[in-house]
Amino acid sequence: MRNRFADTFYELGKADPRLCVVVADISPAGSIAKFRTEFPHRFINTGVAEQIMIGMVAGMAQRGLRPFAYTIATFTLYRPFEMVRDDLCYQNLPVTIVGIGGGVTYSTLGATHHAQEDVAIATAIPNMSVIAPCDPAEAEAATRWCAIQERGPVYLRLGKAGEPDFTSKLDQPFVFGKLRHLRRGSDVCILTYGAIMKMAAEVADRLTAQGKSVSLVSVHTLKPLDIDGLAQMLTSHGEVVVIEEMSPQGSLGTKVKALAYERQARCVVRCISLQDDFIHVYGNHEDILAAHGLSADAIMAGLTR
Amino acid sequence: MQQNAILTAVRRRNSFDARAARDRCRTYRRRILEISQQVTALHVAPAFSCVEITDAIYHGLMRRQPDGRYHDAFLMSKGHGCMIQYAILEELGELTRQDLDLYCQPGGRLGAHPDYGTPGIGASTGSLGHGMGIATGQAYAEKLKGSDVAIHCVLSDGEFQEGSTWEAMMMAANLRLDNLIGFMDYNDFGGLERMSDGHRAFYPLVPKAEAFGWEALEVDGHDGEAIVEAVMNRRGGKPMLVICRTVKGKGVSYMENVAIWHYRSPNKEEYQRALKELEDAAG
Repeated sequence: MRNRFADTFYELGKADPRLCVVVADISPAGSIAKFRTEFPHRFINTGVAEQIMIGMVAGMAQRGLRPFAYTIATFTLYRPFEMVRDDLCYQNLPVTIVGIGGGVTYSTLGATHHAQEDVAIATAIPNMSVIAPCDPAEAEAATRWCAIQERGPVYLRLGKAGEPDFTSKLDQPFVFGKLRHLRRGSDVCILTYGAIMKMAAEVADRLTAQGKSVSLVSVHTLKPLDIDGLAQMLTSHGEVVVIEEMSPQGSLGTKVKALAYERQARCVVRCISLQDDFIHVYGNHEDILAAHGLSADAIMAGLTR
Repeated sequence: MQQNAILTAVRRRNSFDARAARDRCRTYRRRILEISQQVTALHVAPAFSCVEITDAIYHGLMRRQPDGRYHDAFLMSKGHGCMIQYAILEELGELTRQDLDLYCQPGGRLGAHPDYGTPGIGASTGSLGHGMGIATGQAYAEKLKGSDVAIHCVLSDGEFQEGSTWEAMMMAANLRLDNLIGFMDYNDFGGLERMSDGHRAFYPLVPKAEAFGWEALEVDGHDGEAIVEAVMNRRGGKPMLVICRTVKGKGVSYMENVAIWHYRSPNKEEYQRALKELEDAAG
């Protein structure tokens, strides 16, 4: 996703001189390095200083530019939180803040580098839109939308690298604020977002092998939520399963449950997320997810219990 | 357009009249006191310390376009000082008399801190330590666009205790933003105590700003002419910080350097005394 974002940004940036990227001491991935070489004045590195990264993009947006702030998710959102809230959201400026490695992507770096509650925090701020694409193609579509939108600030939660493709062949395009169906079924609906789509797809495969008709949905836009689309999933399936790489507090799962209650849906809603815990284990991304109870095996065991 | 702006600027700078400035500043203080009578609390003293600074920026430094609109920009980083900006924006016709009469009232649009989107307001501030970062982004954007717009940012001395201000200081110097001019309202008062009592290691100020790559000097912050001169005579090539020595509550003796006036409105008797003092000082 990170590289696709970079490729897309480079391509858009060549055509639109308003596009700038402000990073805080992160090595520019892929084409962002090319962007830096070709447009040195539109690539700014604030160093290890995230508050000025956000302050600057606010001021630049006020003066007609379309800046993106870009660094590891924790440092995009947590360190400069009040700047994100006051400078970007209160002033409602069209700025995209890109959080690389949302969730526990940076598995060996410890919780200082885990943005495991980022979606809860970002969606809580008025005016903020939140997008978490599930694969490189969706990251590209989201980036294209972010570059031209005039709505206000966006938190764009990206994975890191190596996510498989799920959406490039879909007929249904990426539409901001709308659910995207990767598969359509009638028994079980899996709602998910971000890089954990890979695990959700595996769960969908296994449920299908058991004879169930499964819908697999990318809820790429977490704010504003596609309330009507979600309500339709709740009424048209016997079981809705939310799988997310995010804290249970303020999660998509809790919002889906609240909606199910409001709409008096008769389906079963199951919510599978990270634990509300700092888990002091190391290993690859899958190892950390598994420590939180997020693996295809564990999910299947829970669903069939 | 740029040439016109520069010519207008030259005329304006040469025409900064110290006597007229004193009259304006007295009028602004009277107006702020008048509004203070409509509400239970208003940041009178923090506004009074930066009256001459803000007046000098609007009437002595910022250039206008031929149509009268400002070519340069202003940002009140010390949001709690915004009453002086409101008073000036009223004088300029950006805000109406009714806007100020409805300050902090239901149905009004002016609060105790500036809100971006209100005419003439450069940023939503109030939480300290945000303005310099935003001003840095604004100044950089103007450079990128190839314009000569200068950004004028008024900060409290307390804001220089925020790390975010120094992040911005560092970055503005790295980017050689000579179109960014900061004005520190150096009234030496935090909310709790005199800053020079509580944080002695914070001083001296000029060498700190210079060490961060800024041009800096200290002036009498109640002398508008001195402030204008300081900026006009700058060496240039760097962002500039004008450290303006001020008195919190300046102009009303019982408010000067008395902490409670950070956020208290005078009662009727105190109000009359304040008005009389302002008139007496005018001679």
